[in-house]
Amino acid sequence: MTDRGTPTLTGNRGLRIEEPLIFEQGHPGKTGVDLPEPPDMPDRLGGLARTGPIGLPGLSEPEVVRHYTRLSQKNYAIDAGFYPLGSCTMKHNPRLNERMARLPGFADLHPFQPESTVQGALAVMHRLSDWLLGLTGMQAVALSPAAGAHGELCGMQAIRAALDARGAGERRIVLVPDSAHGTNPATAALCGFKVRGVPGDARGRVDLDAFREALDDGVAGVMLTNPNTCGLFENDIMDLATAVHEAGAYFYLDGANFNAIVGRVKIADLGVDAMHINLHKTFSTPHGGGGPGAGPTVLSAALAPFAPLPHVVADGAGYRLIEHVEGEMQPFGRMKGFHGQFGVFVRALSYVMSMGADGLRQASGDAVLNANYLLARLGETLTPSFAGPCMHEALFDDRFLKGSGVSTLDFAKAMIDEGFHPMTMYFPLVVHGAMLMEPTETESRDSLDAFCDAVLALADRARSGDAAFFTEAPRHTPRRRLDETRAARQPVLRWEPPEPAKAAE
Amino acid sequence: MRYLPLTDDDRRAMLARIGAASMDDLFRDVPAEALTGVRFDDLPDHATEMAVERDLAALAARNSPAGAGPCFLGAGAYRHHVPATVDHLIQRGEFLTAYTPYQPEVSQGTLQTLYEFQTQVALITGMEVANASMYDAATGVAEAAAMASRVTRRKRVLVAGGVHPHYADTTASFLRYTDIDVEVLDPDPMGIADLIGRLNEGLACLVVQNPDFFGRLSDLSALAQACHAEGVLLVVAVAEPVSLGLVTPPGAMGADIVVAEGHALGSPLNFGGPGVGLFASRKKFVRHMPGRLAGETVDEDGRRGWVLTLSTREQHIRREKATSNICTNSGLVALAWTIHMTLLGEAGFTRLARLNHMKAVELVGLLETVPGLTVVTPTFFNEVLVRLPGQDAAGIVDALAERGILAGVPLSRFWPTYPELADGLLVCATETTERDDMEALARALTEVLA
Amino acid sequence: MTTLYYTEDHEWLAVNGETATVGITDYAQKQLGDIVFVEVPEEGKTLAKGDEAAVIESVKAASEVYAPASGTVTEGNEALADAPGTVNDDPMGDGWFFKMTLEDTGELDDLMDQEAYDAFVAGLE
Repeated sequence: MTDRGTPTLTGNRGLRIEEPLIFEQGHPGKTGVDLPEPPDMPDRLGGLARTGPIGLPGLSEPEVVRHYTRLSQKNYAIDAGFYPLGSCTMKHNPRLNERMARLPGFADLHPFQPESTVQGALAVMHRLSDWLLGLTGMQAVALSPAAGAHGELCGMQAIRAALDARGAGERRIVLVPDSAHGTNPATAALCGFKVRGVPGDARGRVDLDAFREALDDGVAGVMLTNPNTCGLFENDIMDLATAVHEAGAYFYLDGANFNAIVGRVKIADLGVDAMHINLHKTFSTPHGGGGPGAGPTVLSAALAPFAPLPHVVADGAGYRLIEHVEGEMQPFGRMKGFHGQFGVFVRALSYVMSMGADGLRQASGDAVLNANYLLARLGETLTPSFAGPCMHEALFDDRFLKGSGVSTLDFAKAMIDEGFHPMTMYFPLVVHGAMLMEPTETESRDSLDAFCDAVLALADRARSGDAAFFTEAPRHTPRRRLDETRAARQPVLRWEPPEPAKAAE
Repeated sequence: MRYLPLTDDDRRAMLARIGAASMDDLFRDVPAEALTGVRFDDLPDHATEMAVERDLAALAARNSPAGAGPCFLGAGAYRHHVPATVDHLIQRGEFLTAYTPYQPEVSQGTLQTLYEFQTQVALITGMEVANASMYDAATGVAEAAAMASRVTRRKRVLVAGGVHPHYADTTASFLRYTDIDVEVLDPDPMGIADLIGRLNEGLACLVVQNPDFFGRLSDLSALAQACHAEGVLLVVAVAEPVSLGLVTPPGAMGADIVVAEGHALGSPLNFGGPGVGLFASRKKFVRHMPGRLAGETVDEDGRRGWVLTLSTREQHIRREKATSNICTNSGLVALAWTIHMTLLGEAGFTRLARLNHMKAVELVGLLETVPGLTVVTPTFFNEVLVRLPGQDAAGIVDALAERGILAGVPLSRFWPTYPELADGLLVCATETTERDDMEALARALTEVLA
Repeated sequence: MTTLYYTEDHEWLAVNGETATVGITDYAQKQLGDIVFVEVPEEGKTLAKGDEAAVIESVKAASEVYAPASGTVTEGNEALADAPGTVNDDPMGDGWFFKMTLEDTGELDDLMDQEAYDAFVAGLE
């Protein structure tokens, strides 16, 4: 048997079929949608009608179905296999959520229907809000942020608004640990803050003394991830929070890793002022190849008055959607169009209803158990960066590969050949050649064992001196390693008609 | 619990393998005061699929769907018919349950569709390049304003009075704490006539919308020229992308950045979200663009493939110097958009646009027969502003909702403190609007206004 | 007579009287890997020592080139826009970033000479 098998005549390989771009198929006159003939009346475009063709291809419905079906088959997905991307929480996406979001009573609602006709939708938003507050112990929630980074922006803008309101607008420093997600410093910069780094200690936690040292009266707030990006609980968190508040600053918690503690710990008890919740992580809504997510942001009493519009409130008669300032509220503004990621809210609510308080507690427990199981089984061969127990993800570095000629990236590409999606690599930045594995609670023990067996076998192979096995991987994928230098040096970001066709126009 | 595969036996065996005494032992780094005695009494316990379905279906039944009767609502969210094929394809697990395509060897499906998406967006907007999507048009306009400031190194942004108020508010809010000043002009249904006089060399960009929030279509060419004479970028928002099948695209009128709301194609209304921001610009600005970009390259065997590229603009590398903090975009909604566009193709897209326009022409013709109603918008695509002199438009809308007709969106919903707009109503038609619906609206308005 | 100076950020200056040519060292280009984009300062831009003068990007990293001394830019290397790989191929030659007139040649005293820089790099490896 050869490595990649004998080449075929077509380039297709059994179930894996080469698929050209839509622009290389079809015929301009063809369409996959039948529409009635428009009535022939004088137009009212004021002379602004398009002249000349757009350049879109024309395909019939069966051709379109086949095109996207073939493309889908070139993707790895949770439905197909284990996806241990650290800090991404790739858990099972229940299909009940999808069915619920497609009920016409939810899907076919216009955002500007009269309030009386959307009471059920407002009830969904209100109930989800109530339960997110119940799970976190916080005072208020802004549902509208569209994603985690957008939720960070919400929380940090609320902090800026609160500082301005109390006349402390000159505070412009935000403390961000070196291990933070890249979105944290990017968000702080968007809010006009300057970032001051905080080093970690040998235990993989924030260095409490260095942290206290960095707090002065120029500090507006801190952005901390907990469990942190090394997969560890910041066990000094209460002291950190106290120090932040004594310094007159606010405490932003990056909620990316909420899945480790949901249903067990109320983040209000940790002294948090704001945290975003990734509904597409902890609450099982699909990642969809990169969104849409939702990042509702919970706020403490100190920040609640500054929550952005809109708000949903219940009064005796029903639910109201507040789109303009009323009463005492001092919203810092509006974060997006309409009322937030409603379709994602329905899915998340369906998940919380399915799991309940007891199920969420079991889920965070199983997520932590699964990660510790990886740490235990792999830790004897791979090199864990810090001592356990870990929380929902286990961090390894590349010391076990030293001298093998195999990098973290090569190792990951070999995992792809073995049928597993790689872990998060080279993040966090605080360890060398990081490998961050997050199994989530929706993996069975058999699935974890199969993964561990494969990774341990790969580690043996790497240390046996067979570097080529790794540096040439992946071999069994629709494409092998792609030339990213070429892509960036001469960016080709859209299809263009081939030159002769251009000349013929 | 159906989503959790571990059994109690598994848990015991795994704890033993780990060397932990109990589940609680794994949480020993959590301070005891945050872990013990915490109660979640506000939440129910777990429920069966049947029970959840029953409960949520009851909530859904408390809404009346837009399609339950005649619907003339637009104002940035347009009700189009989405072919069954779209929803079928986006529910394929390989699309639905994949992450951002960080490992290109096993993400070619997502990457190739993003490349096709970027090409379609560039073609219909008449621009050179497009990114892999933003959250929605409102955040897209905000990002476009920030991008214009990076390109021009100027710190002032002017938002015209014809821009969707949500886009304007989102932009002002997004840039509120940066060193960029945003001026939003008062709502103005009278078009772009007075904007040229407001341009000056301190401005990074002017943001306009076409058709504008009040439905008016304008030729932006002269405005674009005037902008460029002052070194100002012209940002054009498009709330109804179907218009681009019939109307001269912003790129052909001289736009520098185009942002459009894509969710009207491919997705149901979903009460307004999630959306998808289409974001296109001139090629020379591409390194200032926010968001993800798919680019073509080759693999080790020389075969064509796609990767995410120019990622040094982004937060995970550039951190506080990134072009934006955006990370996740709106991948699945972009996929739905691109599948719907592919199904339509050139012939279907242009016909759909023409059908929308002609439905609106037909509707306007009927509305002009209603006594006490004036159609304000002279040139339009599929939406117009009507005035009901002496009437509170919101009250009329409520009265028609009682009759099962969603008559339109009153301007007072956006500008409750502008009494001069209280009689204004946005009315829209799409391919889903039937002649019977239009007649029912005209009849009901005639009766209510009488 | 041209003298070479180096900074701890792995930039080099070739100084000839009051004028200097600035680039990044071979060590720096190796650390960055394949360079895909370079943005150089425009002619006439005044720089204080330590200001951001240029941007350099590889596929997975971006970094700033800081002005190693104060002065005025007289020329940016426009050829790098279309051929950023030149920085990898010839960092000390055709891969230069910009030329400047120096405001205060006394600032050069803080920089390293060839021998000191070689020792500095050896210490990093």
